[in-house]
Amino acid sequence: MTGKTAIVGSGDGITVFKAAGVATFPVEDEKRAREILRKIAKEYQVIFLTEELARPLAEFLKRFDEEPYPVVLSIPSGEGESGYGMEALKNAMERALGVDILFHND
Amino acid sequence: MARLNVNPTRMELKKLKARLSTAVRGHKLLKDKSDEMVRRFTVVLREAKRLREEVEAELSEVLKQFYIARSVTPSFEAETAFALPTASVEAECTTQSVMGVEVPRITLAREKRTGGLPYAFSEITGEADYSVQKAAELLPKMVELAQTEKTVRMLAEEIERNKRRVNALEYVMIPQLEETIKYIKDKLDENERAAIVRLMKVKSKA
Repeated sequence: MTGKTAIVGSGDGITVFKAAGVATFPVEDEKRAREILRKIAKEYQVIFLTEELARPLAEFLKRFDEEPYPVVLSIPSGEGESGYGMEALKNAMERALGVDILFHND
Repeated sequence: MARLNVNPTRMELKKLKARLSTAVRGHKLLKDKSDEMVRRFTVVLREAKRLREEVEAELSEVLKQFYIARSVTPSFEAETAFALPTASVEAECTTQSVMGVEVPRITLAREKRTGGLPYAFSEITGEADYSVQKAAELLPKMVELAQTEKTVRMLAEEIERNKRRVNALEYVMIPQLEETIKYIKDKLDENERAAIVRLMKVKSKA
């Protein structure tokens, strides 16, 4: 199966990926992002989502973890990374292992 | 621990013993599975962390260049300037089984590059060229990170589920069965003793 990649985000920072062959979906707020995600989830296998949208949509994004595809990845946006991605990794680790083996910072 | 509501008969005892041995064996298997999943999980987790650090650093570099390009170029129309893709990544999407969990496996086929940039050089500054090139280079790594992080999340979910199963067997199912078996044994022994005493009494009277 040949997969397609898409990027959903706010701001025009994502347009740079258009030149790299990624379908871009500029959205303004999380509500719009949710609609777009629902629409493109079947069509695109890899979807990048900027962090400031991924954070409020965390609950919604959980449903994509049931199946292998689509793969949704949160990426830092133009405002710089907010640490959300690492936080998500840390959460997964704590749920699975119960101990911190990577981020010894608390 | 509450014992099961069964009749204290030999039939039940036999059935329960079979169930107990199955439960113990299942528990051992699940525990082994859990151990192995945790081992794999740590490997994938480390990988995901390394990749994310790299991607985040490089991506902010790309975006910085992009913003510089936008700010130094008058009447910069990002939408039109980047509208034409110069490269595309063919991602081959399959699944792979990690300890019985279907996780995505994305292999990148050769990326097609038409070369050049999606706009005229006179339109935009060099920073834009740099950001476009960088973005195209970064994309395979981002796809890899996407795959790895998804695997992390799915494995975490499965480990949690498995842990719950192991605990249910270890702390509920097995003690319950053991207690019921003990209860039936006691009851049967008691009956036996009662029978012997009765026989003795009958004999002494005769």
